[in-house]
Amino acid sequence: MRQGRIAAAAAVVLATPAYAQESTISSGDTAWILASSALVLFMTPGLALFYGGMTRQKNILSTLMHSIFMIGIITIQWVLIGYTLSFGSDIGQFVGGLDYLFLNGVGQDAAPLAANLPHILFMMFQGMFAIITPALITGAFAERIRFVPFAIFSVLWATLVYDPICHWVWGGGWIQANWKALDFAGGTVVHISSGTAALAAAVVLGRRLGWPHEPMPPNNLPLTVLGAGILWFGWFGFNAGSALAANGLAANAFVTTHVAAATATVTWAMAEFTHRGKASVLGAASGAVAGLVAITPGAGFVGPIASVIIGGIAGVLCYSAVSWKFALGYDDSLDVVGVHGVGGTWGALATGIFASTAVNPAGADGLLAGNPSLLVAQFVSVIATIAYSLIVTFVLLKVVDALFGLRAVQDDEILGLDLSQHGERAYNT
Amino acid sequence: MKKIEAIIKPFKLDEVKESLSALGVQGLTVSEVKGFGRQKGHTELYRGAEYVVDFLPKVKLEVVVPDDKASEIVSAIENAAKTGRIGDGKIFVIPVDEVVRIRTGERGGEAL
Repeated sequence: MRQGRIAAAAAVVLATPAYAQESTISSGDTAWILASSALVLFMTPGLALFYGGMTRQKNILSTLMHSIFMIGIITIQWVLIGYTLSFGSDIGQFVGGLDYLFLNGVGQDAAPLAANLPHILFMMFQGMFAIITPALITGAFAERIRFVPFAIFSVLWATLVYDPICHWVWGGGWIQANWKALDFAGGTVVHISSGTAALAAAVVLGRRLGWPHEPMPPNNLPLTVLGAGILWFGWFGFNAGSALAANGLAANAFVTTHVAAATATVTWAMAEFTHRGKASVLGAASGAVAGLVAITPGAGFVGPIASVIIGGIAGVLCYSAVSWKFALGYDDSLDVVGVHGVGGTWGALATGIFASTAVNPAGADGLLAGNPSLLVAQFVSVIATIAYSLIVTFVLLKVVDALFGLRAVQDDEILGLDLSQHGERAYNT
Repeated sequence: MKKIEAIIKPFKLDEVKESLSALGVQGLTVSEVKGFGRQKGHTELYRGAEYVVDFLPKVKLEVVVPDDKASEIVSAIENAAKTGRIGDGKIFVIPVDEVVRIRTGERGGEAL
């Protein structure tokens, strides 16, 4: 639930005569959410570069393809069935009904959950989140998954994991209705769900040949830095757009988003410098993303100084978390678990600590404002998301693997996925 | 005739080439190579993954010269490529039996 949205919508409705349905739509809000939708879409090609730069040269194109192709398949899934499963009329507080199947009834009139916006725009804005979430997972199985099984898995994951969790948290499901947990822009729905799925994927697919003893240095870190920059830019649409209005709350989310990213950039690099003696560019770029992830659930519920703390801790915590895979032995190729799973979990819990109704009256007070029950609610939403995503993703991967075979055969993996899966190479010299 | 093969630090290539041109050398072949000797490699660190890189980039320079010129050319390469620090490289001198200029069919010293 984006609490800011409901409050804004309610205010507009109260101030408007009941007969003038059309006039609840705000042109200013509509303009901002149109722009935000484009910004959120742009994050997925940004993610493609962020990930693509970190793989080996023989696998960069396949990694870019995971994100670019995701835009295609999830857009189709979303307009046909995903939107209605997420935001259709509630069924048992678990999933949305089929009333918006094939976008039936989703038009230019006011959206039921945001009377200030056209319904079709609300649908598309939410759709951009549905696209990037499974794209985040792809970092975990990069460099070893077959293309067609990957695409089948992604569509099924969006349908069976993303859409229900989105419904629980934003579409009127049990977390929103019973626990009133706060998730402004997708800490649980986007980052914990994908970070947990990434863990399941790394385990089911197994390690890349040669990992961890064989060196696998990134092929093009400048692309990774460019990707991080695009993610940072797009994240303003992701978080400030989640106010679902062009107002002060959107501005607050804009600022907290930026401040957390900036702080985590510094703290990740500082942690690295302290620990290993050098501050790396990959570390700084990773820190920025970790900060963006961590502030996502709280962006519209906490103030700028809380975002310094949230981002600052995220940088150090995620720096530490990306090393866990070496100790535990799972090959999460591009650290989706360490950045999105851990950063998202920290952000969701931090929202329970730092949230304040002084920032957002439609939100709630957190621990520091004297309300420990919010932290309990945040904890429940985190555990539920982790448990559901881990179990369903694991089963789904096993089924797709049994039916189609997820893992590239050894020769194809050695040759590289770019040539073996797509018949092309990134760099011809 | 002798073939002189020198493994040198890449940034010294221009100086070496110029000193050889000054001695009248009219052609040589250069390749980018990797290797290791007494110079240690370096470590690279990517998000906690540490890689030791043993093979360092070097330039291999090959030039074939008349016997009487070999020692002054070896000295020229030695002087131009020297920094005095570990990793400056090595020079090998190898006897050559025959040389052919493909365009004209010239053989031996004529073909150099």
